[in-house]
Amino acid sequence: MSLLNVTGLSIRYAGAAAVNELSFVVEGGESVGLVGESGSGKTQTAMAILGLLPANATAAGSIRLDDTELLGASQATLNGLRARKMAIVFQDPMQALNPFVRVGAQIRHVLVQHKLADGVQARRQVIEMLERVGLPDAERQYRAYPHQLSGGMRQRAMIAAALIAGPELLIADEPTTALDVTVQAQILELLADIRQDTALLLITHDLGVVAGHCERILVIEGGRLVEQGATRDVFAHPQHSYTATLLAAAPRLDRVAVPTGTAGEAVLQVDAMSVSYAERNHGQLHAVRGVDLVVRAGETIAVVGESGSGKSSLAKAALGLVPMQAGRAVFCGTELPARLEDRDRDARKGMQLVFQDPLGSLNPQMRVAAIIAEPLLVHEPGITAAERHERSVAILARTGLGAEYLDRYPHELSGGQAQRVAIARALILRPRVLVCDEAVAALDGTVREQILALLREVQRESGLAIIFISHDLAVVRSISHRVLVMYMGALVELADNDALFAAAQHPYTRALLQAVPIPDPEHAGGKATLRGEIPSALSPPSGCTFHPRCAHAQDICKSETPTQRTVNGTTVACHFAGEL
Amino acid sequence: MSAVRGFWRRTRDSRAAMFTGGLLLGIVVVAIVGPLVSPHDYLQTNFDELLRRPTISDLRFFGTDDLGRDLFVRSMMGVQVTILVAIVASIVSLVIGVTYGAIAGYVGGRVDAVMMRFVDTLYALPFIFFVILLMVAFERNFLLIFIAIGAINWLDMARIVRGQTLSLREREFVQAARLTGVSSLGIIFRHITPNLVGVVVVYVTLTIPQAILVESFLSFLGLGIQEPQTSLGALVDAGVNQMEGASWMLLIPATLLAVILMCFNFLGDAMRDVFDARDSR
Repeated sequence: MSLLNVTGLSIRYAGAAAVNELSFVVEGGESVGLVGESGSGKTQTAMAILGLLPANATAAGSIRLDDTELLGASQATLNGLRARKMAIVFQDPMQALNPFVRVGAQIRHVLVQHKLADGVQARRQVIEMLERVGLPDAERQYRAYPHQLSGGMRQRAMIAAALIAGPELLIADEPTTALDVTVQAQILELLADIRQDTALLLITHDLGVVAGHCERILVIEGGRLVEQGATRDVFAHPQHSYTATLLAAAPRLDRVAVPTGTAGEAVLQVDAMSVSYAERNHGQLHAVRGVDLVVRAGETIAVVGESGSGKSSLAKAALGLVPMQAGRAVFCGTELPARLEDRDRDARKGMQLVFQDPLGSLNPQMRVAAIIAEPLLVHEPGITAAERHERSVAILARTGLGAEYLDRYPHELSGGQAQRVAIARALILRPRVLVCDEAVAALDGTVREQILALLREVQRESGLAIIFISHDLAVVRSISHRVLVMYMGALVELADNDALFAAAQHPYTRALLQAVPIPDPEHAGGKATLRGEIPSALSPPSGCTFHPRCAHAQDICKSETPTQRTVNGTTVACHFAGEL
Repeated sequence: MSAVRGFWRRTRDSRAAMFTGGLLLGIVVVAIVGPLVSPHDYLQTNFDELLRRPTISDLRFFGTDDLGRDLFVRSMMGVQVTILVAIVASIVSLVIGVTYGAIAGYVGGRVDAVMMRFVDTLYALPFIFFVILLMVAFERNFLLIFIAIGAINWLDMARIVRGQTLSLREREFVQAARLTGVSSLGIIFRHITPNLVGVVVVYVTLTIPQAILVESFLSFLGLGIQEPQTSLGALVDAGVNQMEGASWMLLIPATLLAVILMCFNFLGDAMRDVFDARDSR
């Protein structure tokens, strides 16, 4: 008999079905991936299994764990099963851990609650578990508060808490979505290594994650199971058109069309730019340290790096949203004042930004028409309302939305539509430079592809220069002409797209590339070759800031900051550039 | 304005808001219409009818007071004055508080620090004492009461609005507006203020009862509204003196005061639910 038996599960919210007649099984010890886009009911299913559905949800059908029916089970029954028989790892460990209780105490509580251990015994078990999940100095981490751990460390602690009582089923709901690709690779490897006999139900939107880590996959769309099977079979021969669409939309490092096109004159030049923030009681946080960059008309330059590498700060300082401490920014031949408010009209008009969170970047109280037309009010106050309307309709049509959207409010738009509106607002002034700050990171695969295609088209037509900030190397591969890799606020590598992905020079770039999961079970991707996480920018390591994590580090790396040199047309900041 | 229409729709859906709002509206309508249609006058003393019990005959619903004045008409006058004081005081605090808080929050830095330290300083003054001094020093009049009460309430409003503005300022749609070249004033009025409406409406419905209480307290102390004008606080004060012989003189205005206070408090709670629900939709 199967470990988990879900039969005819339906979940409704006030009449709207979130999950519809879903049936699947999970056998003891196997790893199953539950894949779908946002809103497909993945998380609802997990919540139903754990008995955590909100009060306004009604669930029908049956969920059996071994021989216990979970739907409609009493709180006492469910509490007895949670942690001991089934456990969950959530997406955001910061929200899942209580910020006021020490990490060790939170994990220990599971043991005490289930009367599995007590006193010194429980403490010893927790510390052993923390060591198993790879927390260095487990004794110290036992006493740490959640905010004192990094994102990856917190997720390790969550995994320790989930596994401490030896559950038979571990549900991981987007466990790595909030993490950097390098840390994601580490966490996925950890999950695979540590779970042993525990069955794993891995919920994710990322096909690359399931390809490397699941034996079977379940694909759900709109709350219905559309396809299931062994991972290899599904990836090789998807039966359902939706699965095929998902697979096609998953960008792959190893096979994507690389954009072509010739770059024009330099529109934005950044020289030796440094950005630092004053941290209360901690001195200066150096977010960007002396970066040079030239952006040309008609080209897309991607900026990549882990979170905290200074990618966003670089772009925001160029845009004038945050002040730069040193260096200068030159736009179309004129040097820009540091403060946005001091810049002249042409400069402000010429550089626009598209944010990661499309809804957050639209004023919830304004209609689409007012949002799109606002820049015109400022920069072309002379034109009539009719002209404004006409321009708004035209730009909205350019981004693929009809005029009927002008009357909508942002909350009436889907994520993809909202991002189109944000792009329309940015493009209505006909800027020369468009900064996309993780502009597709929050979007589902198919929508992401549409937005990327839109950006490419606009660029082809208008010679727009795009600075594309992203942590997703597969997306970067498919859209950029050149790639700037940053680490701890400094340039580590600047190369043409092909050169970077074919022969990366810097060990950090190579590690990043190896960590990217590939949505194909036949190809090994997602290797965690990089240990640890990015150090605090408040106390950067000496010499080459990458040396503590670098496999090739020598003495010179600890003492001397590497200078930039050019190897085969690629700019690299490494003492051993061209030799590794 | 679009925002207002959305709020109205959600308010209409909230049963608590509709009920307390309706009750308040009813009280206000009676308070305005009552004195107009009643045969009695709020000034008219009648020494044949001192301390009459409430009765339907003669339309003396609430009886008379110790000078034989009709208590129904006087109570309704009191409700008018009380609600007027509360609303005007709230508007004073709304205008000053929102403008002050939004500017401090949006401009930030040293300006914010100086502006908010000024608020802190005012907070430190014992306000009731300050108001009593005002009342003693100047001729007592309506205007002074409005100013005094508004001057207490705007401090809280300024703090709340500043806090909200600080977080709104960092929102991406504000950054987008800055990038497209919208001026600071444009951002404050088009992007910040409309998004403050929710908090401000909730807070205003909660400051109204506060203003009513302060006014009643001042009137009770004999520092508020001047005879023969009256307010609910003044009526309660008069009622306390006749508590043993004519309990209705205390109970009726006190009950009215309590009902009005509860209505505004419930309304405030309901409004908070209305605006919270907006986020979870």
